[in-house]
Amino acid sequence: MQPVIPILILAIPLAMFLLLGLTGHKMQHRWAGIAGTLGMGVTMTLAYITAFTYFFSGSPDFIDADSHTRLQAVIFNYDWLAFTDSLVIRLGFLLDPISALLLVVITTISFMVHLYSNGYMRDHHGVWETGFQRFYAFLSLFSFSMLGLVVATNIFQMYIFWELVGASSYLLIGFYYTKPSAVSASKKAFIVTRFADLGFLIGILILSYYTGTFNFTDLTSMPVAGLDGTYQVSLDTAAGIRELFTNSPAPLFMGCSVLTWALVLIFMGGMGKSAMMPLHIWLPDAMEGPTPVSALIHAATMVVAGVYLVARLFPLYLMEEAALNIIVVVGALTALYAAIVACTQIDIKRVLAFSTISQIAFMMVSLGVARPEFHHGLGYMAGMFHLFTHAMFKALLFLCAGALIHAIGSNDYTAMHGLRKYMPVTHITFLIGCLAIAGIIPFAGFFSKDEILTATMGHSIFWYIWMSLVAGLTAFYMFRLYYLIFWWKEHKIPEGHHAPHDQPWTMTLPLVILAAVSCVAGFVPMGNLVTWNGHEMFEEVSFFTNLKALDWSVAAISLAVAIIAIIIATVMYRKENPLPAKMKAAMPALWRWAHHRFYWDELYMFITHKIIFGCISKPIAWFDRHIIDGTMDGLAFVTNKLSYAIRGLQSGNLQFYVWFYLVGALVLGAVTAICLM
Amino acid sequence: MDYSQFLAMGQEIGLLIVFLLVFLYDTFMPRKALGGITAFTTVLFAVFTAAGFFCGECREVDAFSGMYVTSPVCAMIKNILNLGVLVVLIQSARWANSETQTVRRGEFYELLLVTLFGMYLMISARHFLLFIIGLESASLPLAAMVAFEKNKYESHEAAIKYMLTAVFSSAVFMMGLSFVYGLSGSLYFSEIAVGLVGGTSTMLAVAIAFVIAGIGFKLSLVPFHLWTADVYQGAPTPVTSYLSVISKGSAAFAFLVVLVQCFGQFYSSIWEWMLYALIIATITVGNLFAIRQKNMKRFLAFSSISQAGYIMLGIVGGTEMGLAALMFYILVYIFSNLAAFGVIGAIENKTGKLLMTDYNGLSKTNPWLACSMMLAMFSLAGIPPFAGFFSKFFIFTSALGSGSVALYILVLIALINTIISLYYYLLVVKAMYISPEEPQIATFRSHWTERLGLWICVAGIIALGIVSCFYNSILTTSDTTSLFAFMF
Repeated sequence: MQPVIPILILAIPLAMFLLLGLTGHKMQHRWAGIAGTLGMGVTMTLAYITAFTYFFSGSPDFIDADSHTRLQAVIFNYDWLAFTDSLVIRLGFLLDPISALLLVVITTISFMVHLYSNGYMRDHHGVWETGFQRFYAFLSLFSFSMLGLVVATNIFQMYIFWELVGASSYLLIGFYYTKPSAVSASKKAFIVTRFADLGFLIGILILSYYTGTFNFTDLTSMPVAGLDGTYQVSLDTAAGIRELFTNSPAPLFMGCSVLTWALVLIFMGGMGKSAMMPLHIWLPDAMEGPTPVSALIHAATMVVAGVYLVARLFPLYLMEEAALNIIVVVGALTALYAAIVACTQIDIKRVLAFSTISQIAFMMVSLGVARPEFHHGLGYMAGMFHLFTHAMFKALLFLCAGALIHAIGSNDYTAMHGLRKYMPVTHITFLIGCLAIAGIIPFAGFFSKDEILTATMGHSIFWYIWMSLVAGLTAFYMFRLYYLIFWWKEHKIPEGHHAPHDQPWTMTLPLVILAAVSCVAGFVPMGNLVTWNGHEMFEEVSFFTNLKALDWSVAAISLAVAIIAIIIATVMYRKENPLPAKMKAAMPALWRWAHHRFYWDELYMFITHKIIFGCISKPIAWFDRHIIDGTMDGLAFVTNKLSYAIRGLQSGNLQFYVWFYLVGALVLGAVTAICLM
Repeated sequence: MDYSQFLAMGQEIGLLIVFLLVFLYDTFMPRKALGGITAFTTVLFAVFTAAGFFCGECREVDAFSGMYVTSPVCAMIKNILNLGVLVVLIQSARWANSETQTVRRGEFYELLLVTLFGMYLMISARHFLLFIIGLESASLPLAAMVAFEKNKYESHEAAIKYMLTAVFSSAVFMMGLSFVYGLSGSLYFSEIAVGLVGGTSTMLAVAIAFVIAGIGFKLSLVPFHLWTADVYQGAPTPVTSYLSVISKGSAAFAFLVVLVQCFGQFYSSIWEWMLYALIIATITVGNLFAIRQKNMKRFLAFSSISQAGYIMLGIVGGTEMGLAALMFYILVYIFSNLAAFGVIGAIENKTGKLLMTDYNGLSKTNPWLACSMMLAMFSLAGIPPFAGFFSKFFIFTSALGSGSVALYILVLIALINTIISLYYYLLVVKAMYISPEEPQIATFRSHWTERLGLWICVAGIIALGIVSCFYNSILTTSDTTSLFAFMF
């Protein structure tokens, strides 16, 4: 494949960022929006072409036809910084099943959000939001960074773009920078993820120190003979990396192998970005950003970067069961925690945020339970499949939420109720989103979630029951939200207001498209496209491949769980009734803890303010103020005095200049000569 | 004699052709067409620079029984200097076309090209006779250039100071050379190295000190620097920028060649400690004086003295990496310093103002000029991600290469000095951006040539910092050199 299209995929969003960022303030709002949307549209088309070529062209660079195995292709790889001959930071483009999949997901959602924001970022009278061009510039920057992240050929490039993604997320969460809550939310997101990235960086450094390489292809794959820049995922390479660690002078650190430490530290970066407990606290607050941003960054793309990271290094993780087990435990705890909290939130975006955390945890668990022995690593495929479907329906739900907020002017479902008559399109699309996430056949979420549960069952029955319970909770809280928004009781229109209504076409179109995708995405034969080693799972594919491959014993149970949960939600929330209040009164402690998100934020406040600020920062601040500053002040004082003292040298007197010259030369020679003797 | 040897001097001959064309144009073109000489020279030189980059000699060739050598490294340093001269030419176009200069601007260009020719010879000479011809022709015409503002008293004063110091330093230099000749019996660099084998003596120490003093004058190393501030201040701004960048860059390279090729074997016994002393003195004294300056040109004079000290750190390592770091430093320094001088020149041409207090609030009235100046200051101070940070980083790394304790102390002193230099560089930024006082300079639109020059410099400052291929290509080129064969 020629590198032109891949370069353009990265260059167009970057160019749009520069264009809109530098000249946006001189552009009309409308044209800035159109330019951004068009740019993203072109990028999306190019990404589709790339992914299509990768998956379906059958070129020997991309697939080994004899063994039905998809390969990794390094399209280009430029040397950027060479530390040593082997340790080089490169910027490149790696095309393999997961990066091709993510290219499609990112550009699709990004385009939808670009389109949608044309309508969302202006009020009912058509007045544009302040900083509209800036918004589009940041969206382009984010898209560029995210695309750069997924196509990274080496872990350092990934880290660079990882940070860029974090920075653009910071800029977008704090988009309404006059609002104190938005500012503090953006700071919180940035600091928490940066803290996690510290672990990531240490992990990278350990890994590269022992292996002497940053390249993914050197860590997890081996070159295909006869083809330049083409690699095949190989457990042997990963085992070789483990050998490097075990044969090193210090293979153990605090009882665990160093490789486990490196992998867990790298996973810590993923935990920060993907909002795994206990680093999840930034994501609910990040909802202070504009809703399209939440849909793009905090539901579909950036937050799955952690999942992507684990998937990218998956063969290495396979070498260390301990690391995978940690991933499973963290994921399962997070999934349950977030699902419980989601049942009690009243801000609709917060509900969706916690639902996102819970669903990402599903993907993590899925990766954690994946083993090559069980159905060719079904969990890996299921996690990636869920990443794909979740991106579609969660973006849909967020964009619906945006439409509701746009219409009502509040995030609170108590201000909504009974909206189904006023906003029919939003109603239907939201319902589709809910069905998809609840896992009702034939919507997208059903298939991917079912695969995850199958994979979990293959690993451990305990986690299977646990995750099924979470799946039931998911269906419950989503339908609770659905009923509270669209049913419950008649909508009360505040005096002097218009009745709420559906939105302009720029906002409706993405909803309809994403709803349609959510209906059919489950039928994508992912088992043939994305597997951990590229090996195709099915001999033949048709539209019903996924349906045929279902394990009905698992599917029937999960379907039953989902339906029961929906029925409970229907009974409780369809019409106004005292049942929810009774439930709340029956379990006051649980409700209070869940409503306050189990007091994680308060715990963090305590740790940072009382312990870190009080016991660590204050002494350091004293040291800084008195010792360091004192030294610097002393240095400055001495410098200044010296400078004053020798100012007479520069007298302007030429005779003196020449004398000084001669004396200087003679002293230089004389002192050396004396030392020689 | 084999006259085809002249062909080895491709770059010198090219420069000579440029000079002759400019000379002929100036002499024989009708008076009306003389206005075009600025454009003519600049374009011609641009072509020459581009030619140097694209059809450079890539082998090591020597001519005239080893008197003259050219190699990829020599070609590269000449190309770097050409780039700087080109920027100086672009920046000086406005000044050269100003009313007071029209009569004699042709001479300005001719003198400039002659000095550049001298520098070429200094770089390529491997025989002291040729070297002295180069050194002199790089020095004496400069005195005429310094005196170019005929109507200004300061210009004359500066010229006479420059002239006398130059003559004096030449005398000291030749004194040193005569000692060397007496000891080794030759003026060829390679034969000096052979002839001196094992002969450490008082005479040699004095000789080396004198040679260092002679070239140290051009580099304005402390204590041979006293002329610098007065001359920089008095000379016309384009000449000052030429002096501070091009003249210094070529001298730094020649300094390295002479020390390493002739006296390489006495590195640890004689001149290592001389170099340390000079570096510390240069950086520190330059900084200490720079702190107190109110006049921008004088301020940059002292800043350039301390920068010369950093450049010398490239020699300390005595390795190919040090050479690469030195050349990269010169390249970065060219862009950074020329950006600063570009802004100063633009403001001086428009308003005649040169004091730092005049720059108060510049960011409000002339944001682009203030921004260029800020970038230049950041780069000179070595703030990442601008080029200056990396040039300092590479030069420190190369100096630390051999890793002795003395080197660590040396680099530590240099690092402390960068902190001091940060202070005075930021003073300028503070005046432009933070000072609450009323802006002294009204909004104006600078001449397009000045803007073009600044754009090139700013692009250089940013690109050299972010893009790594420039340093890498310098490093690969300098790895091919055989300069360090005699180094101990």
